[in-house]
Amino acid sequence: MNTIVADTSESNQTQLDVESIRADFPLLDQKIHGHSLIYFDNAATTQKPNSVIQIEKDFYEKINANVHRGVHTLSDYATNAYENAREKVRDFINANSLREIVFLKGSTEAINLVASSFGQLRISKDDEIIISYLEHHANIIPWQLLCDRIGARLKVIPVFDNGELDLQAYESLINNRTKLIALTHVSNAIGTVNPVKEMINTAHCSGVPVLIDGSQAVPHEKIDVQELDCEFYVFSGHKLYGPTGIGILYAKESLLNEMPPYQGGGEMIRVVTFAQSTYNDLPYKFEAGTPNIAGAVGLGAAIDYITAIGFSRITRYEQQLLDYATKKLLSVEGLKIIGQAKNKAPVISFVLEDIHPHDIGTILDHHGIAVRAGHHCAMPLMERFGLSATVRVSFAFYNTFSEVDRLIEGLNEVRRMLG
Amino acid sequence: MSALRELYQQVIIDHGRHPRNHGIVENATHSHHGYNPLCGDKLNLTINIQDEIIQDVKFIGSGCAISIASASLMTEILRGKKIDHVHELFQQVHQLLTGHCENPEQLGKLSVLSGVAEFPARVKCATLSWHTLNAALAQSDSPVSTE
Ligand SMILES: Cc1ncc(COP(=O)(O)O)c(C=O)c1O
Repeated sequence: MNTIVADTSESNQTQLDVESIRADFPLLDQKIHGHSLIYFDNAATTQKPNSVIQIEKDFYEKINANVHRGVHTLSDYATNAYENAREKVRDFINANSLREIVFLKGSTEAINLVASSFGQLRISKDDEIIISYLEHHANIIPWQLLCDRIGARLKVIPVFDNGELDLQAYESLINNRTKLIALTHVSNAIGTVNPVKEMINTAHCSGVPVLIDGSQAVPHEKIDVQELDCEFYVFSGHKLYGPTGIGILYAKESLLNEMPPYQGGGEMIRVVTFAQSTYNDLPYKFEAGTPNIAGAVGLGAAIDYITAIGFSRITRYEQQLLDYATKKLLSVEGLKIIGQAKNKAPVISFVLEDIHPHDIGTILDHHGIAVRAGHHCAMPLMERFGLSATVRVSFAFYNTFSEVDRLIEGLNEVRRMLG
Repeated sequence: MSALRELYQQVIIDHGRHPRNHGIVENATHSHHGYNPLCGDKLNLTINIQDEIIQDVKFIGSGCAISIASASLMTEILRGKKIDHVHELFQQVHQLLTGHCENPEQLGKLSVLSGVAEFPARVKCATLSWHTLNAALAQSDSPVSTE
């Protein structure tokens, strides 16, 4: 059953009911190595509520058919379900139009689409693209590939020791060769929340469009793409309590209109002749081939689930968890948190004395605690901090304060064994 | 809990913290860089071989306790070994690390690594040094990786 506690007015904000939320996530109720599972790897992927699991099952049991193709009833049902999900996404990020919501595999594919298609439209030899030190490899490699292909250059906004970007350096990187800024909203490796609104304004003052990688932001705070005014915003459904294999590219309609198709195939065309073809309307021009229909429907259910709880509750609770865990972790002797930006998402990266993160990960796993140990697909950032790896704990609203206490016990056990 | 103790035996913790033969063989005849992209573990192995016998072998590297201990134990056991013998040793170690070794005792001190078999995600940590050794002996030019 879903936990639906209506998100009422500010004056009547109830606390998040974690116990009943946990009951919605069947996976959480299991033992690992004899201990109740503690899942602290939410930045990698989140677990799914019953409603998401059920709706995918229902889809395949009752309405599965291809979309936009048949004259039969099921095809109509499937198309409606798919397009309803698009409307949920549009509303969720407050996009202006359904034409601006493209269903793709995930953030990675969305960034590659922009690099390829917007790259073809606007970026040429000797142009510059600005990214930051905080990027996930998914927001580095597509730009590198593009630069290598056409002879453009990649510029990188440096990061201070506390994990915040150097905004002055950012401004001075922008010049008349800058064609795009591709920036993460929240760092997956160390949790920094970038001041994207301000950074988008800065870019727009010089007429430069901005892509925001929202993979780690959408699960934690309300996103309004019109307020941000970015040209592109991308995220993956699986980090948002939805299924894997579905994600979103939001882009301003005017740009999508100008941009050439990314992939060719069915669905994205209107008239095909061997001499020439015309393309379908937005957003279908960018959705070649049969899409992940069940995945889109599942993402819609995940958005319903989150919306019912409400970001006012989610953000507040997760920030309390973050504060509590930060304080507790700092009390562990020899532990150092990497990244102490003023504004952080519930993601904490740390090292413990000179004990290797993989050894820590193995020992914690034996206490039923799932954490990430490694470079978090952010090797340049790790290098910047002189590290090859950290341990990362990342929270979701189904995590609890007592789970944090068990993490601390686990780390004390690590110190007893290896310290 | 006991599987963990098996994995992190005192010998492993000791070798992980105070690796033996840590350094570079000056007059190396064979060498190789090993890298495990999953963990970021790095290993530089240098060997001096005369008359088909390993005279000296050292490593420098960074990595988890398991990978460093495994490299350290490997260098200890290799000294004075005929290179003919290395291939067989590699097979035995591989069997040990994947839980297919009939009698671990024959491997002497290396048998402390038997606990790794219970941790599939960590087998690569323990085999990095051995893969690097193989590549050094084959004198291949590209860096080995456990991927
Ligand atoms: C900040 C960031 N960007 C991009 C990605 C890539 O997401 P996906 O693998 O779902 O395409 C991730 C996920 O690890 C991420 O954390």
